[in-house]
Amino acid sequence: MPTDQTGVVQSPTPNGSPPTGPIRRIRLPQKMRNLELALLIFACALNAVAVVLVQFGALGHLDLTLVFLGAVLSALVVALHIVMRFVAREADPFLLPIATLLNGLGIAMIYRIDIADGHDGWDSAAVRQIAWSAIAILSAIAVMLVIRNHRVLFRYTYIAGFVAVVLLLLPLLPGLGKEINGARVWIGIGDVLTFQPGEIAKIALAVFFAGYLVRNRDSLSMVGHRFLGMRFPRARDLGPLLVVWALSMSVIVFQRDLGTALLYFGMFLVMLYVATGRLSWVLLGLSMFLGGAFVASRTLDYVNGRFNNWLDAFNPAVYGADGGSYQLVQGLFGLAHGGLIGTGLGQGRPDLTPVPQSDYIIASLGEELGLAGLFAIFALYLLYVSRGFRVGFAGQDDFGKLLGVGLSFVIALQCFIVIGGVTRVIPLTGLTTPFLAAGGSSLIANWIITAILLRLSDTVRNQPRLVVD
Amino acid sequence: MNRELKRVSTFVLLLFLALFVSTTVIQAVQADTLNADSRNTRTLYESYKVERGPILVAGTPIASSAPSDDEYKWQRSYTNGPLYAPVTGFFPVNGEPTGIEGSFNDYLSGTANSQFLSSLERIFTGQKPKGAAVEVSIDPVAQQAAWDALGDFTGAVVLTEPATGRILALVSKPSFDPNSLAGHDTDAVDVTYDALVADPADPLIDRNRGGDLNPPGSTFKLVVAAAAFESGKYTPESTFPNPSEYQLPGSSSVVINSGGGTCGPGATVSIADAVRLSCNIPMAELGVELGDKAIREQAEKFGFNVEHHIPMTVEKSIYPALLDDAQTALSAFGQYEVRATPIQIAMVSAAIANDGIVMEPSLADQVTGTDLAVVKSFEPQEFGRAISSETADALKKMMVADVDDGAASNARIDGVSVGGKTGTAENIGADGEEDPYTLWFTGFAPAEDTKYAITVLIEDGGGMGTDGYGNLLAAPVAQKVLEAVLNK
Repeated sequence: MPTDQTGVVQSPTPNGSPPTGPIRRIRLPQKMRNLELALLIFACALNAVAVVLVQFGALGHLDLTLVFLGAVLSALVVALHIVMRFVAREADPFLLPIATLLNGLGIAMIYRIDIADGHDGWDSAAVRQIAWSAIAILSAIAVMLVIRNHRVLFRYTYIAGFVAVVLLLLPLLPGLGKEINGARVWIGIGDVLTFQPGEIAKIALAVFFAGYLVRNRDSLSMVGHRFLGMRFPRARDLGPLLVVWALSMSVIVFQRDLGTALLYFGMFLVMLYVATGRLSWVLLGLSMFLGGAFVASRTLDYVNGRFNNWLDAFNPAVYGADGGSYQLVQGLFGLAHGGLIGTGLGQGRPDLTPVPQSDYIIASLGEELGLAGLFAIFALYLLYVSRGFRVGFAGQDDFGKLLGVGLSFVIALQCFIVIGGVTRVIPLTGLTTPFLAAGGSSLIANWIITAILLRLSDTVRNQPRLVVD
Repeated sequence: MNRELKRVSTFVLLLFLALFVSTTVIQAVQADTLNADSRNTRTLYESYKVERGPILVAGTPIASSAPSDDEYKWQRSYTNGPLYAPVTGFFPVNGEPTGIEGSFNDYLSGTANSQFLSSLERIFTGQKPKGAAVEVSIDPVAQQAAWDALGDFTGAVVLTEPATGRILALVSKPSFDPNSLAGHDTDAVDVTYDALVADPADPLIDRNRGGDLNPPGSTFKLVVAAAAFESGKYTPESTFPNPSEYQLPGSSSVVINSGGGTCGPGATVSIADAVRLSCNIPMAELGVELGDKAIREQAEKFGFNVEHHIPMTVEKSIYPALLDDAQTALSAFGQYEVRATPIQIAMVSAAIANDGIVMEPSLADQVTGTDLAVVKSFEPQEFGRAISSETADALKKMMVADVDDGAASNARIDGVSVGGKTGTAENIGADGEEDPYTLWFTGFAPAEDTKYAITVLIEDGGGMGTDGYGNLLAAPVAQKVLEAVLNK
């Protein structure tokens, strides 16, 4: 049913004649929002408890400064919630509380590591993380207010693509780009403010892919040659796949960032598959990526080193080598130290692992919250992703469906790449764990994704399905 | 689109399933191994907080912790430190623990997964955490007897129970005092440690398990004879030419029997006599006929070429790969590049005494919690069958004959039938000159219903350079230890 922005329903009459006049919508109780508020309060309470437990565990006494700072964040998410009561009444009630809880747990753990390292004030990564979280949540509110209908994004398909490429190129600019831990994915002014534009680029890419695929899916899916029981695309339709592949490969070569390359390419393949329904595209793309990664592992030292660390982590030579498996193995030790129920917040030694607050935050959480805690966190991610996929299942427009799937999948894949790396399922690559890890760019990106998913889910619910497919 | 989306959902589910599995594997299945890894400093830091569990020998602690007033809270101390050092290892406050202290660090410090319930209980009851006690299989009488019998020799003694592989005595000399490395004054500990490491006599190394591995010499003839009988082509009575000099195939070098001359009278000599009199030439001939592959396979069935864990790692004993005939001939009497730990040689004689079945040697009996309940008990582990019981019988008879009426006569005990085999191995130094011999004795007693298998290693020729030999120096050590445990 068409709705205009004032919440007025144009109700068509059975004989198709124009409606006799606007009918005020009955003010329905906001069930979704009420559920969200309850969950949100619960999430904020859990976060406060986590911070307090960290203080009791690691400091031995209570320090209210950080609790107050956390309260500011709670106020901000409640603000986002209130905004949604007006502009996205029917949005999914789970996404916001999950994002809040993960964000808060991350802050508690980062704070815990600050205590171990003796950092406070602006030196403290936790304080910076809180500041970034505030910016991120404000960005989400802005997105919520600005984008009232996701279909406007469809118009900017190619601009989004252009923006993505520019963002990816930024770190390569001399003067602006910074290299940290071997990966050239940062831009920064001085040492103070660093930013990873690639994180934002993934949103732009998702918009671009969704728009592009919706426009071109017919030519991508209908024509082709049958081979081995599958319809393979024509050579001239391979263009987009080749471009994205080349983009990913150049990320591997120039930015030395295996994880991000895998993330972009994986997102593209899944969106391509959902759009065209062609498994052949996926097989083709996967073999191209694996081929590229294989060549890279043979020719690029850093990629080769990652593979060695993965396969032979406990070998003393690999363990002791510069850029060897020390971090990986320390992370495993941390996880093992946590065992089933963890050491308790503030009572483990996550600070013994290098970068315990960003790449390795999942190992830090696993150490102090145990396997039980990690399972809960994984369940939160799964729930988040499944809410995103609901948009894909229930959406009416293909662009919205694809965008929802792409954005939720990118969260899932990012979790898998980084957590799988830490737990030795795949080679370790530097990526941030969504919402948890220290890092402003990642937080902003993920909160914007949350805002877009919320917007999409609101649209889905607001439009009763007329056609059942 | 929704069909594809369903598949993508399944894929995401699989991705997360992989994470659920991987974290479970790390945090539940592998946790104990990871916590026990010597590079895991977490376990070490954690261990300061708890009263570390004791290491017990026959119910008496040989390592225990007492409260101390400094930051480390607990002071570790060792009774009879040097005597038990190869067993306990040491627990430094600023380094990696070794020995049982290292291998069972997770139990001793109370962090093992199997102590999960008791640690959960402590969370609710507010009790102070405490580590579990590790009971080792050492018999204090045997350990003391082995220590005394070895005297001032540089070497090692290992006594095992053939049927179970339990290690009853594990002595290595020179030894060190673990107390000197467990102090809380880390500078002083570092000085002591550096001095021990620099000591050319290597007191920190348990010679039973590793160090500079020695050639097994004639004790390896047991393995070659076993390979011969197992092939089905030879019996103890099979004979070989009996020259006084044997030219190695494809080489101008010659091999002589120890002491020169032929191996007993006669133009031919049987395998039984060659083993009893410990002659090199017939064994070299036998080795060449068998070929290096058959010998290697037999050696590996006894446990060569793999590491063992008691639970401390025992270095691989080596039967080298790809030998030509001349090298095979030399290897057949335990020279060339054959190397063995005393524990490996002990596995050979224990298997012969145990009807051909090799048991994994082990120090671990059980772990008991603070409430004295058994947290984990260690069952005997079989390494595998090395030889048939017929072959075991034949070898047993030959070893008994060796002690009764052969080259191992100094191991005789009145009223008890003892089986044994001596070894006197040559060492060529880096300068090409002959270094002092390595002396061995390996055997078992009583021959019927065997309770004990023993292996004695004496390095540096027992101080006699190239004049000492296994029967002169090593066999009496074994005899004293066996006598002590049999008279218990």
